[in-house]
Amino acid sequence: MSASAPDFESLLREALSPVDPPADLVQRLESTLVSLTELAQDELDSWELSAMRDPRNWVRPAAAAVVGVSAGTALVALRVRARHRTRRQQSASLLELAGRTVRDVADEARRILPDH
Amino acid sequence: MVDQQPRNKAELDARFAELYRTHLRDVYSYSYYRVGNHHDAEDLTEQTFLQAYRHFERALRESNGRPLRPWLIRIAHNLAANFYRDRSRRPESAIEDAGMLSAPHTTESLVEGREELKAILAGVQELPDDRREALIMRFALGMDNREIARAMGRTDGATKVLLHRAIRQLEGLVSESAGTAAERS
Repeated sequence: MSASAPDFESLLREALSPVDPPADLVQRLESTLVSLTELAQDELDSWELSAMRDPRNWVRPAAAAVVGVSAGTALVALRVRARHRTRRQQSASLLELAGRTVRDVADEARRILPDH
Repeated sequence: MVDQQPRNKAELDARFAELYRTHLRDVYSYSYYRVGNHHDAEDLTEQTFLQAYRHFERALRESNGRPLRPWLIRIAHNLAANFYRDRSRRPESAIEDAGMLSAPHTTESLVEGREELKAILAGVQELPDDRREALIMRFALGMDNREIARAMGRTDGATKVLLHRAIRQLEGLVSESAGTAAERS
């Protein structure tokens, strides 16, 4: 090849063009990332039921639930974009999850707190 | 450049989502040119982001506000090295035989009918690992010397020399290939 260095580098740049990831990879990867957050949420729920009996732990589940839902929202935004779902639908399900978690915490707290 | 540390998990995840959106194509491109086929490139990309997610907080803390792309590519580089070690194999052909596949998201359509581009891709696969990686980072990802140096754990000067030698060697390989083809015809 008799191309000069700049020409060769142009060809090299053309040969090594960036490659778009396939759509199914994007979907799978974003779902996995979201699942990680949801898994953390499930573990959090389990932790709550055992730990709520200790009054020193009462603050943590509520704070953690809020963090978990917020984190989920950040990652769900990826999935929403990839799957062309509406953000409103995802937010609704997260709000339900948050609502359920908060209700569970409240129910458990009522159950274990002594009546005054 | 955002150099403030995230204040909570939500911010951390939002920052990771941003990193993911910005560099998914970079990681996939690197993986594809590194392993030479889409199937393994998908696995490598997925594992890279999962590992990045696990260590993201520490990476942010230690980056002092510097871009995290070299860190991401270094993860992919390490995983690719493990991939070949575990499976005792190396990329065997030039980018899925440079044109044999027809998936719409690939570069195969780009090189189809472009013999000089096919020869370059074939030559890239013949280069030693470090030279091949440096070229991928420079030309596929558009990384500058400093970023490449960070990704490869080298000095800026050593990276500049590495890139220069990689280009010269590749030119030689392509030239040889063109000479051989001319003799045959």
